[in-house]
Amino acid sequence: MSIWLARLSVDRWRLCNNITAGEGPDAAPLALISETAHGPRIETANAAGLAEGICAGMMLADARTLYPGLAVAPSDPAGDLAFLEKLALWSQRWGPWTALDPPDGLLVDISAVAHLFGGEVRLLDDAAAAFANRGLSARVAAAPTAGAAWALAHYGSQGAILASGDDGMARLSSLPVAALRLDNDVLTVLRRLGLKRLGDLSGRFDDKSGRDAIQRRFRNRRSPAANPLVRLDQLLGRVPEPLLPVAAQCVPLVQRRLAEPIRHRALLDHVVDDLAKDMVRELERQAKGARRMDLGLWRVDGEVVMRHLELAAATRDPAHICRLFAARLDNVDAGFGIETIRLRASWVEPLALAQGDMEAAAEARGTSLAAFVDRLSVRLGPNAVRRPVPHASHIPERAQRWQPPLEAEPPSQGQLAFHTRPLKLLDRAEPIAVLYATPDGFPRSFRWRGQVHDVARVEGPERIAPEWWRERSTVRLRDYYRIEDGEGRRYWIYRHGIIGDGRGGLPDWYLQGLFA
Amino acid sequence: MQTQTNPLSGPIPSAVAPRPSAGWKPGLDAPCHNEIFASGRDGGGSGLALALALDAIRSADCGPLAEVADQRAVLWVQDRAAIRLAGRPYRPGLPVELRHRLIHVVAEKPEDLLFALEEGLRCRDLACVIGEVAGNPKTFNFTVSRRLSLNAEKHGVPLWLVRVDARHDLSSARMRWDVRSAPSPVSRWNAAAPGLPSWNAELFRARAHPPGQWILRDDGYSLVAARSIANDVAPDHVDLARPTVGRSLAALQ
Repeated sequence: MSIWLARLSVDRWRLCNNITAGEGPDAAPLALISETAHGPRIETANAAGLAEGICAGMMLADARTLYPGLAVAPSDPAGDLAFLEKLALWSQRWGPWTALDPPDGLLVDISAVAHLFGGEVRLLDDAAAAFANRGLSARVAAAPTAGAAWALAHYGSQGAILASGDDGMARLSSLPVAALRLDNDVLTVLRRLGLKRLGDLSGRFDDKSGRDAIQRRFRNRRSPAANPLVRLDQLLGRVPEPLLPVAAQCVPLVQRRLAEPIRHRALLDHVVDDLAKDMVRELERQAKGARRMDLGLWRVDGEVVMRHLELAAATRDPAHICRLFAARLDNVDAGFGIETIRLRASWVEPLALAQGDMEAAAEARGTSLAAFVDRLSVRLGPNAVRRPVPHASHIPERAQRWQPPLEAEPPSQGQLAFHTRPLKLLDRAEPIAVLYATPDGFPRSFRWRGQVHDVARVEGPERIAPEWWRERSTVRLRDYYRIEDGEGRRYWIYRHGIIGDGRGGLPDWYLQGLFA
Repeated sequence: MQTQTNPLSGPIPSAVAPRPSAGWKPGLDAPCHNEIFASGRDGGGSGLALALALDAIRSADCGPLAEVADQRAVLWVQDRAAIRLAGRPYRPGLPVELRHRLIHVVAEKPEDLLFALEEGLRCRDLACVIGEVAGNPKTFNFTVSRRLSLNAEKHGVPLWLVRVDARHDLSSARMRWDVRSAPSPVSRWNAAAPGLPSWNAELFRARAHPPGQWILRDDGYSLVAARSIANDVAPDHVDLARPTVGRSLAALQ
């Protein structure tokens, strides 16, 4: 079933201001406007305004020449969308799931539901009556596919029903091509081609279905809204059209309103402790664990202090939550006192009840890894605790990336066993001065951080070329050498480029890593 | 490629296994709090810390009661100065057993590093903790090291603390090492190439062992120790003539 709320913005404006349709301010022409770079533009107009010839997309100045006494009110697209979401949930009374069809439509799945209302006709009547009771003008239609229902709701008669046994193309062929939910530029193209009705798209040409000519015209258009044939197939149910259902989310929220505003830390800790316990009971009821929590402190003088907490793993441990929040509450300014405290778990994950450890001693022995990561991230910052993961790259400093410690490791290719890599890598390769016998031969000695190292043993070069698919063509290659100096210290150094590669002068040398 | 070496053909003249009673044997009853003093100019300190930690993990793994291999994470905490001096751990260069188990923490200040170390020692899901701190920060006093020792012993999580470019200050660490890189043995396939990493490690203070000096090397299966020449010449009474800084508080009173 498709529901088209044709006058959603105006109806919502009327309901918000408690105005009956066609009376009071609604009796005179009125337009909802939005501010644009070129001045106010009309988003929509009420019935009286439409009768005066005012339509959506006009500039306000043009509309005032048509009707000088035009009243205006600001439009509110975000509010309209939020209202539509609420309506989508409300419309679940006619079917198990609903989907938004922005900006002003709803789709309800009524498969195998109609008999509960005494048939599809009575279901549609019921829906139309319910929307009329709420003061919303709605057009409803039912069809086997979402596309057909949409077409009938927008361009068919009120309460039109396409039964599953009907020949869809025969019933719908008289509708205009705009019923295919196409973009405006595609509609313009179709109009210029002279294709005005749905029947024109299939029965016009000599060949069997007339598809080939249209297919050639739109062969580069992949998106359904730009390709009339895809839309036509969706309308007839030849290709699937997945929809995103709306589901109600219940965010666990607990709060305490305090009779006496609190100003002291000990009391605040006590209340947070109580809230954490309440929250844990609420989460346990839903079999969820919190990943992100927001603590709001409302002060008497109207200030609000917010504290956010993100956890490494879903948790339901009140002591752990309290401990983490305690570190965040040190710099709260209580002012004249805090009167309301609210704790909200804005990100939850399923967390089943777990069996406690058989020996109580094991629980008491230490903290779990997730709790440890949480404590460190709260004190040291979210990016301080990480783990190295491999990355597909030849360049040594790009071959490792860092990610949060409890996330799964990304898939990667195995490392070649004969590549010896250093234990530690400097954040930035440090330039060194190198003495060598021949420019492209082994280094003899080098100076690093003000001290000279004589090279006792050397292995190399291992040549690593720049990644040409990523970098510019002027980037030089690197020749890596494993070095051991006279005292046994082992380093990884490289020569940046070779003489005569046409990418700069004499190559520089760098020290990049330290072997164990 | 890890090359194997023949212990008799290496550059160390007396490359024999230590006598069982002569002192420290690698991998056995490693105490929970160890300090390793190393220079910031080479990777020997963290290399030895990692080798010691790995050896302790291996010897714990192959015990008769071990059912499954220990797959707990290894924590490596570094402060900003240590990262600037000696770099960050590089995953492709880590031992294969530890590559997927490493958790790395960057601490901006020494206080944060201490906090991270203590929390790590309290965590039951960590196999061991490696800390790396540069110099002698004011916060690293005897009380702090005592706290670390007690925490490590209470929870049974071993700690290897690498002190980069630091003086030997007062500490309650059960074993204190002075380490520098040693020339590596001849590599099996290429005589001109650096071989297996070796370290010249001097145990200058330990609670249960006489001090001594060894050349340590990780041969891929366990930590191998060989007495160095200096120690064979001088008998094991080095601890009688230590400078004051290496002594415990009890000795000062």
